[in-house]
Amino acid sequence: MAYFDAASAEPISPAARDALVAALGDGWADPVRLHREGRRASLLLDQARERMAGVLRCRADELAFTSSGTQAVQLAMLGAVRARQSASRGPGHIVVSAVEHSSVLNAAAALEQSGSQVTIAGVGADGRVDVAGFTEAIRRDRTVLACLQSANHEVGTVQPVEEVAAESQAAGVPLFVDAAASAGRAPLPAEWSILAASGHKWGGPPGVGVMVIRKSVRWRSPMPAGNREGHRVPGFPNLPAIMSAAAALEAFEADRDEADIALRLLTGQIRDQLKTLVPDCVVHGDGAGSLPHIVTFSCLYIDGEALVIELDKAGFSVSSGSACATDTQQPSHVLAAMGAITHGNVRVSLPRGTTEESVTDFLTVLPEIVSRLRGTAAQPQEAR
Amino acid sequence: MCPVELSDRVGTARGEQLTPPPHADLPGATQAPALSIDALGRKCPIPIILLAERIGEVAVGQIVQVLADDPAAKTDVPAWCGLKSHEFVGSAELAASDGWAFLVRRSY
Repeated sequence: MAYFDAASAEPISPAARDALVAALGDGWADPVRLHREGRRASLLLDQARERMAGVLRCRADELAFTSSGTQAVQLAMLGAVRARQSASRGPGHIVVSAVEHSSVLNAAAALEQSGSQVTIAGVGADGRVDVAGFTEAIRRDRTVLACLQSANHEVGTVQPVEEVAAESQAAGVPLFVDAAASAGRAPLPAEWSILAASGHKWGGPPGVGVMVIRKSVRWRSPMPAGNREGHRVPGFPNLPAIMSAAAALEAFEADRDEADIALRLLTGQIRDQLKTLVPDCVVHGDGAGSLPHIVTFSCLYIDGEALVIELDKAGFSVSSGSACATDTQQPSHVLAAMGAITHGNVRVSLPRGTTEESVTDFLTVLPEIVSRLRGTAAQPQEAR
Repeated sequence: MCPVELSDRVGTARGEQLTPPPHADLPGATQAPALSIDALGRKCPIPIILLAERIGEVAVGQIVQVLADDPAAKTDVPAWCGLKSHEFVGSAELAASDGWAFLVRRSY
């Protein structure tokens, strides 16, 4: 039995659990009120902000808590574009990579609907954005925002944010970095204008997102007026979850180097052995330029949904980008942009503390399941 | 997941959508397909399984046409050709129904 879907949600860490329980007794009041309980809540909120800003290497007053990573992405993108739209510039032009998280692509689609132009920059077969294409698009007239993830959430490929940031700075275009896949797992890129991340990706509870807007960057709230989080995020903050997410991020970051080595060894083992253990199996992305915990592959001639279900029955929890395994019945836009096989797809993402034994078990069970499914799916002779 | 209206336009800005080339302009279209596989209504991986199973029925250098309407086939047919070193000649939208005709030349 093993949970191999850390890229969807890392299991809640002991540090996060302890902090959450303590915070429920202590951090429930409204932090904008002047009474004792309110002041206490305000103090705890500020402490959580300081702690998280320390790990994310930003100023505490640049960081706002949101109710999810998706909300952070939406506010970041809509607010950055709104601040730069003007009579002369019009609705502006936005650049995104083709392999961004759906929240980024959906926000871009919403901006397009309200008149902005959107350029989608392509990626190579490894999922890395085409830097020349991306930066050329940034230099177009009236560009108001460029969006590039720190690393890809489906195949783990780390994006060349630094290379793009230099161009973006030279062109005077703000760069939004969705760091949800890598925050706490890999050093953050040094240069960006706005950043988004999500607490449940680093062992915090669900319901905590983070939006960081650099002091020098213009941003105007796309929402009706509110007085929370420096007028940047609507609604009463989930203080217990925020305190828990801050504790989780510190703990996650403290163990990062050790975890990086351990997880890289295990994902490397999966990458290497898949090639010999499973015929007609394609491993996506390249291991060296990837996050330590993700390995994604496609097994030809089988249905991704069936593979996920059979692995679940055998005790292994994984996710899939195959069309049949998604709620929209569309194949993963990430795999499609990479020109990769989308059926028979599995994403394995190892949580902290994954044992070598569980990986060995997985590599024993997987070839049996694949060959059984191929047998029932009238396997083509050509592939044996 | 990715909005469909964005997913087909990699590298292009609004107003300059890529359109698939009409069937007659495809480089392989001068050569009639030696085999046509009807996978309309079949979900992936069935179109790919049928292609892999039946490409051996045509001679090397001849063309197999696959008709499919599962959106995954649009990515998977060319990706399979790349993996198996067969030539992906091109695709065209079907006029009569939703879906595509994919042309693949057997290379070995």
